[in-house]
Amino acid sequence: MDTTSTPDHEHAFETRDMLLNIGPAHPAMHGIIRIIAELDGELIESADVEIGYLHRAFEKMSENVDYNGVIPYTDRLNYVSPLINNMGYCMAVEKLLGITVPERCHYVRVILSEISRITDHLTCIGAVSMELGAFTVFLYMIKAREFLWDLVEKVTGARLTVTYCRVGGVKADLPDDFRAPCEKAFEETRKVIKEADALLTRNRIFVDRMCGTGVITKEEAIAYGITGPFLRSTGSEYDVRKDCPYAVYDQIDFDVPVGSKGDNMDRYLVRLEEMEQSMRIVEIALSQMPDGPVLVNPETGRPIPASEMVDLGKLGEISTISGGCAVTAPSLEGSGRGAHPFIATDEKRAFLPPKEDTYGSIEGLMRQFKLVMHGHGVRPPVGEVYFPVEGANGELGFYVVSDGSGRAYRVRVRPPCFAIMSVLSKLLVGGSLADMTPTFGSVNMIGGELDR
Amino acid sequence: MTTSSLIESVTTEFPEAVTATHSFRGDDTLVLQHQSVLDVARFLRDDAALQMDFLMDLTAVDYSTFGKGAAPAFFASSGVNVRSSSQIPDEDPWPGPPDEARFAVVYHFYSSTHRHRLRLVAPVDESVDDLDSLTSLWPGADWLEREVWDMFGIRFRGHPNLKRILMYAEFEGHPLRKDYPVNKRQPLIGPSN
Repeated sequence: MDTTSTPDHEHAFETRDMLLNIGPAHPAMHGIIRIIAELDGELIESADVEIGYLHRAFEKMSENVDYNGVIPYTDRLNYVSPLINNMGYCMAVEKLLGITVPERCHYVRVILSEISRITDHLTCIGAVSMELGAFTVFLYMIKAREFLWDLVEKVTGARLTVTYCRVGGVKADLPDDFRAPCEKAFEETRKVIKEADALLTRNRIFVDRMCGTGVITKEEAIAYGITGPFLRSTGSEYDVRKDCPYAVYDQIDFDVPVGSKGDNMDRYLVRLEEMEQSMRIVEIALSQMPDGPVLVNPETGRPIPASEMVDLGKLGEISTISGGCAVTAPSLEGSGRGAHPFIATDEKRAFLPPKEDTYGSIEGLMRQFKLVMHGHGVRPPVGEVYFPVEGANGELGFYVVSDGSGRAYRVRVRPPCFAIMSVLSKLLVGGSLADMTPTFGSVNMIGGELDR
Repeated sequence: MTTSSLIESVTTEFPEAVTATHSFRGDDTLVLQHQSVLDVARFLRDDAALQMDFLMDLTAVDYSTFGKGAAPAFFASSGVNVRSSSQIPDEDPWPGPPDEARFAVVYHFYSSTHRHRLRLVAPVDESVDDLDSLTSLWPGADWLEREVWDMFGIRFRGHPNLKRILMYAEFEGHPLRKDYPVNKRQPLIGPSN
C-alpha cells in the first residue's frame, strides 16, 4: 500500500477557499461598492474593498466653474446631509477671502447643519437595522427624517439638492414661524428615537449581532485618520465642533457622546445620543440667535414673486421693487423676509445681491452681473486654505487653492468616510460573513462623498 | 504651542530640509524637500511637544498652469478683486506656488492632544522616485497615496499596493493633471477579473 498518498477520509474533509463577490449592486450594500471576499466556510479570510463606482470628477469640475458654481456640486457629496457640505465649502472660501458672515447667518447655518446631522444618523441607523431584519425601525426612522426634511424644505425650498449656502451668507433667512414647526418635528423625532431605542437597544437579536463585531481600537482608528462617531465610539473625544470650534459652536453648550468598546453597538449608541445633542443645539441656537426684522412690501403688504419682479423691472416700474422683497420660489418661505443684511456678509464684492436689488435697481443688477458672468465673479487673493467642519461621518475638510482668478485652482475634499472605508477590509477579516452587514452598515458609507 | 513655535521647532530640527514657511490665514505651512518627508513626519508624530497623531489629509496640486490660466475675456480686468478684511489676520500674504517643480504633495496633520494643525508641502516632479510613502507611519496613508497616484501620477516609494483606486485599471492618464481635458471621454472597461 502506498503510504504517501492521502487517506480517503482526508479527501472528504478537504476544504477550499471560496471567492465571493459582494456588490457592486447588492441588497445589503446601500451604495455602490464591491467587496471581494475570500471565504473559508463562513469566515472571511481576506477582503478587497473596491471603490470608485460613483466617481463624478467633483474636484475636476470644481476647477472649471466659478466659486459659487461649486456649491450645487457639494450638495451631491454627502447627499444625506448636503447642508453640512454647503457650509464647509462656503466657510473655506470665506476663509480664503478673509471675510466673515453676520452672527445670525452663523446661527442659521448651524441650525440647518444640525438638522442635517440628525437626518444622516436616522438614515444610518435605519439602514443598519433594516439590514439586520428590523424593517419596522427603518420605516419609523424614515418617517422621522421626513419631518426634518419638511423643515429643510421650508427653509431652502428643496429637500435634497438644497444649494442653500452662498459664499458670504445663505440664500434666504429662516421663515417667520420656524420655531413652531421645528418644535413639532423634534417632538415627533424624539418619539421615533424613543421607539427605535425600545425596539433595538435591548433586542436580543440586534444586540448579539452588534456587540463585539467590527471592533477597532482607539489607536488603530487614529492611525487610519478616522473621525466622527466612528472614532468617538472607541473612546476618543475628538469632535471638530468642540476641538476646533467654527461658526458659533463655541457659544452653544452641548455634550459629545463617547463610547468605550469601539464595536458596532457603541457606534449605534453614539449616533443615537448625537441626535439628541443635535436637537439640543438647534433649540439653544434658536433661542440665542439675534433677531432680524421682518420686511414686506409696504404697498401691497406681501412679498412679490421674483417672476413678477422681472416683468416689472423690464417695464421700468422699479419704484415698488426697490425696498420691497422678492419670493424666489413658492416653497422658499424664508426668502420673503428681505433680511439679507442680517444673513449676508458686508462684502458686496463676494455675495450675490437679494433679488429685489437685482431687479429693482441698476446697482443691484450690475452687482449680480459682476458676480455671475463668466470672466467676472468672486476673485479671492492667491493662497491656499484648509477648513474642517464636523460632517455627519467625521471631519469634512475643504482644501482650496486660488490663483487669483474667478475659478478655484484646486478644490480638494477630505471625505470622512474615505478613511473609514480604508479600514473596512481589516475589520471584516476574521469575522463571519454575517458580521459584514452590521459592520458595513455602521461605517455609514455615502458613495457620493467617498468617490466624489 | 503657538503657531510660530510650531514652525520653529520643525525648522530647528531640520534646517536643511525646510525650504520655506508661511502662515497664510493662520494655516501653518512648511515647504520641504521631498526626500525628507518621512523623517519630518516621523518627528511630527513622535515628538512630545508636537504629537501630530492624525494624518488628516494627503493630496497634491498640479501647479503647471498656475498664473498662466487661459486669457480671460477682454473686460475681465475689471473683475471684482476682493481684498481681505481686517477681521482675519493677514500679515503675511501667500508666497505663491512652493517651487519650480510641477506638483506639490500636500499633507495635513492634526494633533488631538495639543489641538494644532500643520501643513507640509513637498514639491515634486512627475519623474520623482524617492518620495517616501507614509504607510509605515500611518496605515491610513495607503488609500490616500493610491488616490494621489490615480489622480496625479505621483509615485510613492515603499507603498505596498500602489494601484488605481477611483478610476479603473485600464484608464489612461491621470485626470486631475491640468493637461487632462475636462471633457475627455474614455471607454469604460470593466475590471479584469
